[in-house]
Amino acid sequence: MSEMKTIHSLEELEELAEVLREEQKSKSRITVCTGVACSSLGSEELAKELSEESKNLENCEVKKVGCKGLCALGVLVEDDKNMYHSLKKDDAKNLLAMMEGTQESSEYILSKDIPFYSKQKKIVLENAGYIDPDSLDDYIAADGYKALFSAISDMERSEVIDEIKKSGLRGRGGGGYPTGLKWSTVEKAIGDQKYVICNADEGDPGAFMDRSVMEADPHRVIEGMAIAAYAVGANKGYLYIRAEYPLAVKRIKLAIKRAEKFGLLGENICGSGFSLKLDVRLGAGAFVCGEETALLSSIEGKRGTPTPRPPYPAESGLWGKPTLINNVETYANIAPIIRNGGDWYAKIGTESSKGTKVFALTGQIKNSGMIEVPMGITLEQIIFEIGGGMALGREFKAVQTGGPSGGCIPRDHLNLEVDYENLKSVGSMMGSGGMIVMDESSKMVEVAKFFMEFCMSESCGKCVPCRVGTVQMYEILKKISKKDGTRKDLALLEELCDVVRNTSLCGLGQSAPNPVVSTLRFFKEEYENLLVESRCHISISKEA
Amino acid sequence: MATKQVKTLKIDGMDISSIQGSSILEVAREHDIYIPTLCFVEGLCAVGSCRLCLVEIEGSGKLLPACTTQIYEGMSVITNSEKLLKYRQMILSLMFAERNHTCAVCVSNGHCDLQAMLQILHMDHIKVPYMFPRLKVDATHDRFVMDHNRCILCSACVRVCDEIEGAHTKDIEGRGIKSNIITDFAQNWGDASSCTTCGKCVQVCPTGALSEKGKAVSEQLKRRSFVSYLKSMREDVL
Amino acid sequence: MYVRPKPPSDDKRFKQLMREMKRHGYARNSLIEVLHSAQEAFGYLEDEVMKFVALSLQLPLSKVYGVATFYSFFTLKPQGKHTCVVCTGTACYIKGADRIMESIENEYGIKDGDTTEDDELSLLSARCFGSCNLAPMAIIDGEVAGYLDEDKTLKWLKGVLYV
Repeated sequence: MSEMKTIHSLEELEELAEVLREEQKSKSRITVCTGVACSSLGSEELAKELSEESKNLENCEVKKVGCKGLCALGVLVEDDKNMYHSLKKDDAKNLLAMMEGTQESSEYILSKDIPFYSKQKKIVLENAGYIDPDSLDDYIAADGYKALFSAISDMERSEVIDEIKKSGLRGRGGGGYPTGLKWSTVEKAIGDQKYVICNADEGDPGAFMDRSVMEADPHRVIEGMAIAAYAVGANKGYLYIRAEYPLAVKRIKLAIKRAEKFGLLGENICGSGFSLKLDVRLGAGAFVCGEETALLSSIEGKRGTPTPRPPYPAESGLWGKPTLINNVETYANIAPIIRNGGDWYAKIGTESSKGTKVFALTGQIKNSGMIEVPMGITLEQIIFEIGGGMALGREFKAVQTGGPSGGCIPRDHLNLEVDYENLKSVGSMMGSGGMIVMDESSKMVEVAKFFMEFCMSESCGKCVPCRVGTVQMYEILKKISKKDGTRKDLALLEELCDVVRNTSLCGLGQSAPNPVVSTLRFFKEEYENLLVESRCHISISKEA
Repeated sequence: MATKQVKTLKIDGMDISSIQGSSILEVAREHDIYIPTLCFVEGLCAVGSCRLCLVEIEGSGKLLPACTTQIYEGMSVITNSEKLLKYRQMILSLMFAERNHTCAVCVSNGHCDLQAMLQILHMDHIKVPYMFPRLKVDATHDRFVMDHNRCILCSACVRVCDEIEGAHTKDIEGRGIKSNIITDFAQNWGDASSCTTCGKCVQVCPTGALSEKGKAVSEQLKRRSFVSYLKSMREDVL
Repeated sequence: MYVRPKPPSDDKRFKQLMREMKRHGYARNSLIEVLHSAQEAFGYLEDEVMKFVALSLQLPLSKVYGVATFYSFFTLKPQGKHTCVVCTGTACYIKGADRIMESIENEYGIKDGDTTEDDELSLLSARCFGSCNLAPMAIIDGEVAGYLDEDKTLKWLKGVLYV
């Protein structure tokens, strides 16, 4: 990197990538996963030991990389031939011996043919777990910034937008709004100043995809934003990142600095006159700030309360200027689409939902971790093939998607093909990608109560139905779970669901009843069994 | 400056025309069509927070607040329907249940917008259980009293203090159900040095949450017309 | 004419905070960023600090207070010597985070958000750290503690507190 200078053109970038790739080929690489799960199992120490121990080996490089996905089997380490799992922090010597073939390794080797890997399709995560997130070299060697440079030098702005439209990409933050359409609205909006914003306020509990992407491959997000900024005509952008993700913040900040240093961001990129300044803004613990208008308020330094739409941010956003807001995963899809073409992307997925989706697979499941699958894969394949089935030998009961705005999907719908519309049709939603698998030990009224408590304490308090309605619903759920609820309470709960959904100001309130509605739809008997009336009924019938 | 375009639309089946940029609520008021609201004050920014002014727009499944939604050509608005009434009744119920609205002993009894709304929406009971929170009454100011028990968090006082008076003494602390109106550093009103004692907040308050000291219940009448007057004067100057 | 306020004391941290505000050009919209730095420097948002920020950025006091209390990441109370942040996200919840919370509450006689009387331990909760694979998990003095149960948590705390 030391001799690297500002890169002025696509040719220079490609030349550099070629040189870097040659350099990499001449070395053998050991990559150690330092994602959150592996780190907590001592992967940082293991990596350090490995570097020490392998010092004498010729042409061997130990790299700390982002999440390799199969968190349940950490620490994961990979060399040119194999992936090794379940390593401990003091396993460095053993591991090197295994790699040299002087020690039995079969119980540590993880075959890449297992369904966990073979059923996945990696676009967003293509580099995750392979490149050093802090190394711009690694990213460039993996064709990084090529999409940005070819967009700037070979494509008109409208052509970039057309390519995104062709790809069929839809917003990965949950709503599923067509990305190309959003871009062209911002592009057409009149304004001397436009902004691009990356929503990295991943607030859904049980979701960590955005965090992993930012920590494993930060430049990908930045490149996606830069292409977007070029396409819509923005020269200033913000990444709004949760303060709970300090490592992601650090990596993104470093990535911006490095990219600026080498002319990949900043003034007059690629000699085209296109400039882009990116800045990080920290979230401060408010789920509602995932909502576009609330996020804008927060970037403006105000209380994160949403405002009614229209006007949409695309026309009047940050400081009243046209603003493009996409989430991390959406931006992470952009560079591959430009590199391979919209048609390539549109071949993956279902009729209405194209491409892949990253999910955080957690809960009572064997292979918990981060996965990327093509749209249209069934829930059953995700849970029982990729996920390896239920942990502790228990029975599957439901899978929760969409976070506090989503719902619980029961066994009967396991053959559902995952896409935006199908998930909605069973009362859940895509959401940002949390997928929490529950077994028979989970009580659905409790689950609904858990989410309602979440919405209640995350409500911003601006509009009445959300501020008060969520509390009223929570109180009823509490009453029912304590077996003090009546049929009348249940009827009121259902009425409140309808009112809060239809009259709340923003998406948080409008979707707050979803967990209740969906558990009422599929698990109503669990509610009814807890009611006072059903208890009376049982005791009477016993006496008789 | 270009002249503003005229848009034609339908409200409750009636053909109406008005200038571009107007809200549904403004247009409805121009034509004496009543849409209930508790947070809108003419002359202050509309926030769309009380949700009583929600109306149906033909062809759109979503209900939209009349106070913040601009009219467009050919739109057809329904301001009153059985569905809307049902929703408005529940929203008002939620508002009443949130704090301690005891009309019989309230300074604003008889001239309170919240109380009047009960009659307008034909309500004789509240549909959800009362929550009975314990809240303070701040009587430390020389001339005014803030009774949090009567507050519906419409934020009219916050807006008038900021937008018209320019003092920004009031704001909201916390979030969700814990939201509360504060003065300066969440201190007693009497100690809030930024307050100019102008009393505009009292005038725009729709309930008995803000009242004047030393006045009988029958004298606690509020007048609000000054807000849009002051706003237009400001705009002329600026 | 407006003169920027002098720091209320010669505490070095105020200098640091002033530098941070200057870096942001005293822009009013940098309030949240500035509050983050203030909390990092002082451990929590003291009244004095917030008032100083308000005056420096020329923002109304009520607005600064409103923003500071809106976001749950900001705390207006001083923290104990040690902190334990229990994750209460969905994945942790279904694996028993509530029982862990309860066991700490019972053991140390404090509730979520409180600090023990001797200022030794602050108990906090957070909405998902995105480490769902370690569920249920907590962050104790900045260190990630995963795959917890009641016993493990209390044992971990015993190892850190009062030593």
